[in-house]
Amino acid sequence: MARIRLEALRHSYLAAPAHDADWALKQIDLQWQDGGAYALLGPSGCGKTTLLNIVSGLLHPTSGRVRFGEVDVTDQPPDRRDIAQVFQFPVVYDTMTVFDNLAFPLRNRGVPQAQIAARVHEIAALLDLEPMLAQRAAGLTADGKQKISLGRGLVRSDVNVIMLDEPLTVIDPHLKWRLRSKLKELHQRIRMTMVYVTHDQTEAMTFAEQVVVMHEGRVVQTGTPVELFERPRHTFVGHFIGSPGMNVLPCELAGGVARFAGIAVPTANAATAVNAAAGSGRIEIGVRPEFVRFADGGVPVRVARVSDAGRHRIVETRHGESVIRVLLDERDPVPSGEARVVFDPRFTRLYVDGWLAGEAV
Amino acid sequence: MLALKNVMLRAGAATHIHDTSLALERGGFNVLLGTTLAGKTTLLQIMAGLTQPSAGRVWFNGRDVTGVAVQKRNVSMVFQQFINYPNLSVYENIASPLRVAGTAAAQLRGRVTHVAELLGLAPFLARRPAELSGGQQQRTALARALVKDADVVLLDEPLANLDYKLREALREELPHLFANRDCTVVYATTEPGEALLLGGYTATLHEGRVTQYGPSSAVYRDPVDLATARVFSDPPINTATVEKRGARIRLSAEVGWEAEGSLRAQPDGAYTVGLRPHHVRPAASAGAGVEVECEVLIAEISGSESVVHFDLDGLTWVSLSHGVHRFAVGERARFTLDVTQCLYFAPDGARVAA
Repeated sequence: MARIRLEALRHSYLAAPAHDADWALKQIDLQWQDGGAYALLGPSGCGKTTLLNIVSGLLHPTSGRVRFGEVDVTDQPPDRRDIAQVFQFPVVYDTMTVFDNLAFPLRNRGVPQAQIAARVHEIAALLDLEPMLAQRAAGLTADGKQKISLGRGLVRSDVNVIMLDEPLTVIDPHLKWRLRSKLKELHQRIRMTMVYVTHDQTEAMTFAEQVVVMHEGRVVQTGTPVELFERPRHTFVGHFIGSPGMNVLPCELAGGVARFAGIAVPTANAATAVNAAAGSGRIEIGVRPEFVRFADGGVPVRVARVSDAGRHRIVETRHGESVIRVLLDERDPVPSGEARVVFDPRFTRLYVDGWLAGEAV
Repeated sequence: MLALKNVMLRAGAATHIHDTSLALERGGFNVLLGTTLAGKTTLLQIMAGLTQPSAGRVWFNGRDVTGVAVQKRNVSMVFQQFINYPNLSVYENIASPLRVAGTAAAQLRGRVTHVAELLGLAPFLARRPAELSGGQQQRTALARALVKDADVVLLDEPLANLDYKLREALREELPHLFANRDCTVVYATTEPGEALLLGGYTATLHEGRVTQYGPSSAVYRDPVDLATARVFSDPPINTATVEKRGARIRLSAEVGWEAEGSLRAQPDGAYTVGLRPHHVRPAASAGAGVEVECEVLIAEISGSESVVHFDLDGLTWVSLSHGVHRFAVGERARFTLDVTQCLYFAPDGARVAA
């Protein structure tokens, strides 16, 4: 195992990229520490699969280097990189038993029989696959098969990283919860580097210690789930993480005070914004529905719609053209008609041209 | 109105759909909620006329349509794998059902443009499906279902292959799109959250049986049996066997509480209790309830919520709470069960004492 470094990676699928839009990866610099749990999160087309393929060696980057520890592996083929991959659809040998499926990578490498048996049993125990070791893989459910795919990645002790590409997409919600926590538990026990690629924020946020959010070929933010939630660096992160996403409202900044619809809105970073916005720049207020509440004072709104999400309610309110969503606990009373909302100033921030004031890149 | 009367589907020795009767709300948004293989797609196919039931009748607006071929019913279907004609433009894809129906040219143009506007496809009408994003391709398939003015629109997990955020946006749009139409919509999904947010009515499906049908919020909060409660919970509902003796409910040697209301009148004995994870909270942040002290197995923080799996007398229970609550794996921690939210089920699975 080793620390993985991606240095100044750029990639284009075109022979002669000319415009910014020709680049699938615009500039990526990343470090994954040995034993960490990471997620690559972004919508389809953001470049996450391109990045994954460059790390595994299926793609050669247009420029930049990939290093495992001190070794530059950029020019090495996939089979020399010692990477385990788990895909969206389980890859299992249906005619083999579960045991033989798990033993396969070790037999391929000529590991002694006794050592194979010991390792297979160890991994099977971690994945709760022991009772079915003698069964044929064909009879297993989708989540059982996906566990085998995972087990085949874990069984080798010489892998540098386990890459999981949308591993839970074909799994039903109630099994997803189980498999996801199994994965988390596994990581905590064996501490192998894992990189989990997904468009699903819940999967990324619950699995990873560090989430890398990608958008249009760039990393827009890397952080812990709490950082991404509480302090998005870009309105895209605010929108993409959280369900519903962050409210983004037009705003005016004058005399160090931010105003929405003429009403002063206290924020956590108005002072920084004054400098950042000096001269030009579109200024917006970002505040998550979790940090908006109904109150006697504040911004006047009209309650447009209430959605029941089970444990909470999503209340869609409007002020003129602007939509402000409020998240309420299922037991909280829901106002109707005219109401007023206030924002928690600790979690209300100003964005200049999309970037958290003072943090543009 | 679309109704199934004692519909069954058998194939050899296997029964795919057990005796099912269901009268769907007309003009309503109806969700079929169940796990993979619960029978959702089969039931949709029976509604469409693509599959004939082994027994029972299918009624539509007071007419028995059992045995009437799908071509002779005014039905639209959208599948999980979006299907478009690859060699036709988006415009022609949307127009295709109208061309088949022989709609007059002037009217056709108006209807295609209107539906394209509704679905945000107006800028892409000249393109071919392959030149669109996944979300736009699925909108094209939806547009084709909408343009037709079908009596019945059947949607089989139409958003399952889309990105999370796109799913969120389309999920919000869909009920609006059908709101002013005189048609019955049936939407199949595996996701409880989706069923709730789409609003309307939900039929829960478990192993080829419809277990309950009603307004989605009501089915979610008032399940008639354990199967329904399980199908309609995400994360999965916590369950345990409890012993009722007089007015006392006993979960373990140390943990118990007083039975409330009509539960007291139930006979003594063993029951299954169900409590959804968001009614189990870290003791420090919770209101009233019954406290338990347990070993933490897994702790996950999603940014806005904390999920903790813990060992409750040999069972794995899950707590889900707002905000950030940190726990270390292996530590002993206290959780509060909001027992007023407990659902109780008899040994046969039927809910007791609502």
